[in-house]
Amino acid sequence: MISLTVNGERHDIDADPEMPLLWALRDLIKLTGTKYGCGIAQCGACTIHINGQPARACVTPVSAAVGTEIRTIEGLSPDATHPVQQAWIELDVVQCGYCQSGQVMAAAALLEQNPSPTDADIDAAMNGNICRCGTYPRIRAAVKRAAELKRGGQPA
Amino acid sequence: MSAAETGGPGSKPNSGRRHFLIGIGVIAGGVAAGQLLRPYLVGGSEAAPKEFKPHAFVRIGADDRVTVIIGKSEMGQGVYIGLPMILAEELDVNPQRLAVEIAGIDPAFNHPFMPAQFTGGSMSVMTTYEALRRVGATARRMIVQAAATEWGVPAAELRTEDGVVFAPDGRSATYGKFVEAASALPVPAKESVALKNRADFRYIGKPQRRLDSRIKVNGAAQFGIDVDLPNMLVAVVARPPQFGATVRSFDASQAKAVRGVVDVKQVPSGVAVIAEHTWAAIKGREALRVEWQDGPGATLSTESLRTERRALLARTGLLAKNQGDAIAALGEARRKIDVEYELPYLAHACMEPLNAVAWVKNERCEMWMGTQGQSQDAQLVAAALGIPPANVQINTTFLGGGFGRRASGASDFAVEAAHVAKGLNRPVKVVWTREDDTRGGYYRPFGLNRVQAAIGADGLPIAYFHRNVSKPVLANTALGSQMIPKDGLDPSTMEGSVDMPYAIPNLRAEVHNTKETVPSLWWRSVGHSGNGFVVNSVIDELANLAGQDPYRYRRALLAGKPRHLAVLDKAAGAASWGKLLPKGHFHGIALQESFNSIVAQVAEVSVSGKQVRVHRVTCAIDCGLAVNPDQVVAQMQSGIVYGLSAALTGEITIEAGAAVQSNFDTYPVLRLAETPAIDVHIVDSDGPLGGVGEPGTPPIAPAVCNAIHAATGQRIRRLPISASLA
Repeated sequence: MISLTVNGERHDIDADPEMPLLWALRDLIKLTGTKYGCGIAQCGACTIHINGQPARACVTPVSAAVGTEIRTIEGLSPDATHPVQQAWIELDVVQCGYCQSGQVMAAAALLEQNPSPTDADIDAAMNGNICRCGTYPRIRAAVKRAAELKRGGQPA
Repeated sequence: MSAAETGGPGSKPNSGRRHFLIGIGVIAGGVAAGQLLRPYLVGGSEAAPKEFKPHAFVRIGADDRVTVIIGKSEMGQGVYIGLPMILAEELDVNPQRLAVEIAGIDPAFNHPFMPAQFTGGSMSVMTTYEALRRVGATARRMIVQAAATEWGVPAAELRTEDGVVFAPDGRSATYGKFVEAASALPVPAKESVALKNRADFRYIGKPQRRLDSRIKVNGAAQFGIDVDLPNMLVAVVARPPQFGATVRSFDASQAKAVRGVVDVKQVPSGVAVIAEHTWAAIKGREALRVEWQDGPGATLSTESLRTERRALLARTGLLAKNQGDAIAALGEARRKIDVEYELPYLAHACMEPLNAVAWVKNERCEMWMGTQGQSQDAQLVAAALGIPPANVQINTTFLGGGFGRRASGASDFAVEAAHVAKGLNRPVKVVWTREDDTRGGYYRPFGLNRVQAAIGADGLPIAYFHRNVSKPVLANTALGSQMIPKDGLDPSTMEGSVDMPYAIPNLRAEVHNTKETVPSLWWRSVGHSGNGFVVNSVIDELANLAGQDPYRYRRALLAGKPRHLAVLDKAAGAASWGKLLPKGHFHGIALQESFNSIVAQVAEVSVSGKQVRVHRVTCAIDCGLAVNPDQVVAQMQSGIVYGLSAALTGEITIEAGAAVQSNFDTYPVLRLAETPAIDVHIVDSDGPLGGVGEPGTPPIAPAVCNAIHAATGQRIRRLPISASLA
C-alpha cells in the first residue's frame, strides 16, 4: 500500500512504486480532472501542484509523491472561485477544455510565485502547456486578469 | 451510473435521458450557469413530473428549468452556447439560464443533408439555425396560448421576456406555470409560427458566455477518457509498426505476467492488452511480443511517395474543372510560371488522445466516447459485431478536440473498442497513447501540386492550371464514399482551388488519386487547407511577376465582389498595410472563402536566419450573421493558431511504411510564447450564414509565407516552413 495525500485527503492505493502519479490519480483515486496528453512531460495537461510547486504527474512516480501535499484541479477551490478560474470564466478562455486543468494549475502556480507577471514571465511559465484549440491569446489575457483579481479586483 | 443501474448496455436504447447535462440555470432560483448537475441523467425519474416537451430539442419543466438538447458534438467550437442561444432567442429566455443536454442518437438530430448525426464541415449553425428558431418560437407560442386561456386574455395581448409571460393588466407568471396546460395543446404547424425580425433579436448577434467554462476549469467536465464505469477494464492495443501490416503471431506470456493485466487478445487492428487500469495495460503492452507480417506498404517512404506524385504530375489527370482554355492561354502567354507546391501529411493531434468505452453484452453494445459521427459509428460498430444498428447506443461525451479526426473514416477507434469489448461481458475503455494517436494515420493528405499560371499585358492573370496528386479523403469515410461520383473525383480534393473568388478567365484543374496504405482524412478545413495555400501563394507570385502590390492586385481580382473586398480591405486597413512597420518586419496577405465564410488575414513576420517569427495576425471575417460574436473571434484565433502550427513545423513523414513522428517532441505544435498577437474583425453582412470552425485556418499559411517572401525573397513552396528553410 502506498499512501498519498491529495487535496488534503489521505488515499491508500495498491500501486507499483513506479506507476506515474497521473494514472494513480485518474484510475485509482478517480480524480479525472488531471489529464493525460503525452506521458513525457511535453504538453502540461497533467500539471498538478506538489508542495505548492507545479509538477507533471505523468513523469512523477507515485513513490516520489509519498509524504508530499498533492493538489489537483479538483482541489484548487471548492467552487471554481480561485482567481485563475474566475478569470478563465470571465474571458471565455476554454474551447474543448481538455488542456485547461493543466493551464489553470500552471497559471495558479505562477501567480503564487509572481503576483504581477509580465508578458515574458507568462510566456516562460505557460510555455510548457500545449493547447491545440489555440486559446493562448486568451490565456495571456486571463493570467493578467487573474493577477488583478488576486490583488483584490472585483469579478466582472 | 446509468448502464449499471439499468442492468446492462443498451437495456434502454434511445432513452432520451441518459446523457451528459451541462450548465444548469433555474429561472427563478438563480443557480449559476455552468454548474454540472450530474454526469448522467438516468431513466425517467429525473424529469419533473410536469414537463412540456414540444420537440426533441427542448423541454421546459414546471420548475422553470429550460433544457435544450443538442445533437452536435462540442469539441471546443462552442455549439453548447451557439445553438442553444438560437432557440432561446425565439423562446425568450436568457441563454445564460439554459441547461444543455447532450443528445443520444435520434433521427431528430440528423444532418439535413444526410441521414446521419454528424458534426463537421463548419455547418452546425448554418444547418440548424432555422429549425432551432422554429422550435423556440413554437414552444413560446404554446406557453403564451396556455397563459391566454388561463387568464382569459387574448394571446396577442400577452408579451414575454426572459421566461416570464406578462399580461396588460399587470399579471405575470413564469413559463413553468403553464407547462401542463401547454402540453395539452396541439403543436401548431411550423409554417404558422412567426419568427422574430433580426432587428428584434435580444441575444443573437451579441456575445454570450459559454455555459461549459465552469466545468472545464474545475476538472468536472467529462471527456471520453474520463468515463469510469463499475467493473470497467482499460485496454491499449499493439498496432502494426507499419500501415497495412498484420499480426503473424504473438506471445502474451510476459504481458500476462504484468500485475494488473487481465487478458490479451487479438483484434482486427492488432493485439489488445486488457488490464485493471491504464498503467498496467501500457506496461503489459511493453512486455508483449508480436511478430508482424509485412503488408503492401512495407517500403513506403516520404521520398517514394514524392517520386510517385512527381511522376503523376507530368501526366494528364481526371478533369475537375475546365473553364475557357487554360492550356491555349498558357501556350500563348509570354509571362508565366510553372511551379510545384508540396503539402505534407498532418496529424490532427487532438489534445485528448483517441479513446472509446464499449460494453458488449447480450447482442447489444453501449459506448461512451467523444465522436463527431455517431450514426456512422453505430452502423459500423453494429456491422463489426453482427448486431442490428438499433442495438448500439452511443453516449457522446465532451471531445478533447476533433478537427476531423473524431469523424474517423472507418470509425476506427469506435469499431476497435467494440472488438476489444466483444466477449468480455464487462465495459472496457480503449485508450490510445499519444504515440498511438500520432502514428495512427488518417492524416491530412500528402499532396503535390503543379500550377501553371500566366499574366496578360496588364499584369492580371489570364490562366491558372492546377494539377493535384494526393490520396482523396472522402474515399476513406463511410459517409463520404457515397459522395464520390463514379468518375472518382473527390469534390474536396480541389475545393478552394479553381473555385477561388479571384477572377481568372481560363481555369483548369486535374486530379490524380493515389492509393498508398497511409489512411488520409479530412483535417480542419479539408481541401482548403492545402488549396488555400497554393492559390494564395500563386496569386502572390503573379503579383510579383506583374510588379504589383499583392493587396492591390487582389483588389483588382475581386472587383465586383463587395463582400470579399470589404473583408480584404478590413484586414489590410486594420493591419496598416503599406504603412511603415518596425525594422525587419514584413506583411503578407491572403484571402480564402470556405464553408460559406470569407476570411482575410495579414501576417506581420520577421525572419532571422532560419527563424521565422510571426508577430501579429490581423484577421477579418464575413460569416453572414455572427450568432455569438465572441465565439467567432475565438474560432478565428483557434483556426489561426492551428494553421500556423502546421505551417511552421507540422509534418508527418513516412519511413518503412510508418510515421516517423510519435509525440510532441517530434511533432512540435505551436506554444504560447510563439503565438502572435491576433486581432479579429467581424465584418457586418447580410450574407448567408457561414461557418467559423474551419475558415480561420486556410489563409494563415499563405499569409505568413507571402510575408517571408517579402522579407527574404524566398518563395516557400513546400510546407512546413521549417523544411523549406532547413
